[in-house]
Amino acid sequence: MNRMGNKDPDQVFDVIYKEAERRNNEFLADPAPKIHLGMATCCVASGALETKKGFEEAFAEYHVEARIHTVGCMGHCYAGPFVIIDHPASGFPPIMYNQVDAGKARMLVKSFLVDGDPQLEYVYGAMQENDMLPSVMEFSRFNKEKRVILEKCGVIDPEDIYDYIAHGGYSSLVKALKLQPEAVIQEIQKSGLRGRGGAGFPTGRKWEFARQAPGQEKVVICNADEGDPGAYMDRLILESNPHQVIEGLAIAAHAVGARKAVIYVRAEYPLAVKTVTKAIHQATRLGLLGRHILGTGFDLEIDVFRGSGAFVCGEETALIQSIEGYRGMPQHRPPYPAIKGLFGYPTVINNVKTLASVTPIIDHGADWYRQIGTENTPGTAIFSVVGNVVHAGLVEIPMGVTLRSLIFDICGGIPNNKKFKAVQIGGPSGGCLSEEFLDTPIDFDSLTATGAMMGSGGMVVMDENSCMVEVSRYFLDFTQKESCGKCTFCRVGTHHLLKILERITKGEGRDGDIELLETLARDIKAGSLCGLGKTAPNPVLTSIRYFRKEYEAHIYEKRCPALMCRSMIGYYIDLEKCARGCDACVAVCPVDAIFTTRNRKKGIDQQLCVKCGECMAACPPQYDAVRRVSPPSLVPYVEKPPQEEKEKADGEISGG
Amino acid sequence: MAKFLVDNREIEADEGTILLQACLDHGIYIPNLCFVKGMDHPSASCRMCFVEVEGERQPVPSCTVKVKDGIVVKTDTPQVRQLQRTAFQLLMSVHDVDCANCPSNKKCELQRIAKFLKAPLKPRALEIYLKEPRIDESHPFLDYYPNRCVLCGRCVYTCGQRNAQSFLAFSKRGFNTVISFYGAADLSTLDCPNCHACVDVCPVGALVLKEPAKRTVPASSDLGLTPKPLEV
Ligand SMILES: Cc1cc2nc3c(=O)[nH]c(=O)nc-3n(C[C@H](O)[C@H](O)[C@H](O)COP(=O)(O)O)c2cc1C
Ligand code: SF4
Ligand code: SF4
Ligand code: FES
Repeated sequence: MNRMGNKDPDQVFDVIYKEAERRNNEFLADPAPKIHLGMATCCVASGALETKKGFEEAFAEYHVEARIHTVGCMGHCYAGPFVIIDHPASGFPPIMYNQVDAGKARMLVKSFLVDGDPQLEYVYGAMQENDMLPSVMEFSRFNKEKRVILEKCGVIDPEDIYDYIAHGGYSSLVKALKLQPEAVIQEIQKSGLRGRGGAGFPTGRKWEFARQAPGQEKVVICNADEGDPGAYMDRLILESNPHQVIEGLAIAAHAVGARKAVIYVRAEYPLAVKTVTKAIHQATRLGLLGRHILGTGFDLEIDVFRGSGAFVCGEETALIQSIEGYRGMPQHRPPYPAIKGLFGYPTVINNVKTLASVTPIIDHGADWYRQIGTENTPGTAIFSVVGNVVHAGLVEIPMGVTLRSLIFDICGGIPNNKKFKAVQIGGPSGGCLSEEFLDTPIDFDSLTATGAMMGSGGMVVMDENSCMVEVSRYFLDFTQKESCGKCTFCRVGTHHLLKILERITKGEGRDGDIELLETLARDIKAGSLCGLGKTAPNPVLTSIRYFRKEYEAHIYEKRCPALMCRSMIGYYIDLEKCARGCDACVAVCPVDAIFTTRNRKKGIDQQLCVKCGECMAACPPQYDAVRRVSPPSLVPYVEKPPQEEKEKADGEISGG
Repeated sequence: MAKFLVDNREIEADEGTILLQACLDHGIYIPNLCFVKGMDHPSASCRMCFVEVEGERQPVPSCTVKVKDGIVVKTDTPQVRQLQRTAFQLLMSVHDVDCANCPSNKKCELQRIAKFLKAPLKPRALEIYLKEPRIDESHPFLDYYPNRCVLCGRCVYTCGQRNAQSFLAFSKRGFNTVISFYGAADLSTLDCPNCHACVDVCPVGALVLKEPAKRTVPASSDLGLTPKPLEV
């Protein structure tokens, strides 16, 4: 018993840990081969359920004793479903296979588990260094990553709390409970942890504000609204390792003195809701949540609130309104939630990744955390890298890595021998950066200085065929739809921005549009009430700043340099290259715009062409005769034979 | 009492008074639409009442500032005017300017702001986007004109102050946001006491009392009239 008359959390936890250890040893000691299978939403979407069935059926068929260990996401979404087969008796180290469908699963059971042949041509990499197979650690995708938040994702079974505990889970909570709340806050402050929800606010300071705010009741909220299109790391963490977030939330609650916590998840994340709800039940059953946690005087009840998925509800004051049952509209701050939040109680709101970072910080200490990342932004960043990049997916890197290293080394660069053009960072509120920024280190301050921002960690890589005006239009279309409609600048202003951008991409841009976009964008940033309006113009402002020529080409020359905006491009067939008598393009044109010329080559009727590009895709690579140009006036004139001659020409073909 | 400077003039007000209120009380006009006297947490949504306060990097809405001793306020800086003009233009770009046929003509806040900012009622640089339908006639006593409404929310707030629950609310989202009537599945049975506080507080002519003959339900004031069914 300690001086507060409570039990020693170490002793109480020891019993739980022993049980976890026993189960884990039993699992490890089992000589049967183990199949670790990723079962988060992304893997399920690429067919993990069928894969699982494939394995099970093959086990039955070949009478194999093996165990399936379902884990969360490993982050390699470019090649899911992923499995790791651990078959010690074969003499091989655990091996990772990619794109394992049911058929491949069957094949692997037969040849590896039964016959001991790991099928080298299908191996993605071994999970350990060895003499027989290349190891995944040789790929920069693996060795340049630094996993702090995602450390246990894809390793443990998210539905089994003992698996988490056996891997070191909940020992940080024990440690925190033995510390005074102020000491916990101090440790977090010392670590330099900054909020991963976008703005990078120092987490320790936020906690201190709430702890010192007057009032007995405090609340902590985990923000898992995650509304950015293309970002899914919060979902992935909740699906793959919910306990690390719950543990961080409990530590936060202890630190600020809260007995209530809420996890705000969007309802479109059913698996995340299910997994985290189950995790809370399990933790409560083991006495890691609920009353007298680990025998101490600390109580904590966690509710899961399902948000209806509006982007703006991720903004903290709108999120609070939404839990309180009002329309999700942001409120003017101050008062900040840390002073007056949910139902008026001082409330700490932290992002999933922030809370998931708290757990390892308490575990390994602030000094350890400070060694990772940069001086002003210690720790790691998680990006979901998508677009024109070879290895799309989730990557966790130490802060300070350059954009170039992330895009080219870790994610494999641009596919199809195309050139890099731009990268959009920070989701719809972020900015579009050109090649000259590739050596920018990734951290809150450096990115903000460029006009982009860390945001939620969405990253879209674009090659030379991406039109920057169109990209801005795309993001504005999103923010404009997600504006809550409360304040004038955002409600009406973003609508004008969108309409002007639409006009420009349609070839109807006017003199003065660029300047109008700039003025409106600046005023919307300065005048809007919440972060949505304040950041919505970023894609427009940055793309004008770094790709102004592209806007000018659209407006003054009616030309789309990236050959993307349909109204400003034309297709034609290069008669030098077109193969006489080949009909590949004719067959795919949806509007029958392709005709046969006098010498039995092909031409495109510009009046009929809808610029879908199907002919270009269909033209056999050895001819590669279809050209796309902008402006359409560059299309050379090709004479279309009158109807009867066309028939004659056709007749010659069939006759000849 | 706090003493502070507004445009180099010394003003006194209770510490904690909303700055916009204090200025208006002292005859210093700052364009405003969404503020109602007595609000403890103004919605700060119209974004008209910007001022510069010494020490702040950017203009701030004066309805969100509490008066403190010694603060220095400027209501007429180029930055403030820039934001106010843009906000005004934006509002007018979704406004059906037809003053001659509007009951609010001559007492309209938008006319007042236009005059004050020396800004035209019809924005020059922006396209005009109007909403359909042009009138919402679903309320038994009121008609609502979305293309006059500036979505200030004064009506929603005032109705909520007066009645246990507001019969008006924001509905739809973003650019399509409008004011709608709530409280009964069949609006003709709406428990609205017809106090027309909302009409009185509306800074423009967006809420208009139906002519007695057009009311779908007799108002307490004119029982005896035959109710006319809603025109569809
Ligand atoms: C429009 C908008 C959307 C936001 N969406 C999210 C979100 O989905 N998740 C999140 O954690 N923070 C989001 N934020 C930031 C939150 O308001 C808040 O700053 C954050 O949750 C604080 O957590 P942190 O200190 O851990 O970063 C959003 C902000 C804005 C303005
Ligand atoms: S900036 Fe946009 S989302 Fe934020 S309060 Fe204003 S209208 Fe709503
Ligand atoms: S109806 Fe009038 S008071 Fe109500 S929101 Fe519109 S302008 Fe404001
Ligand atoms: S009166 Fe201050 S923002 Fe509307």
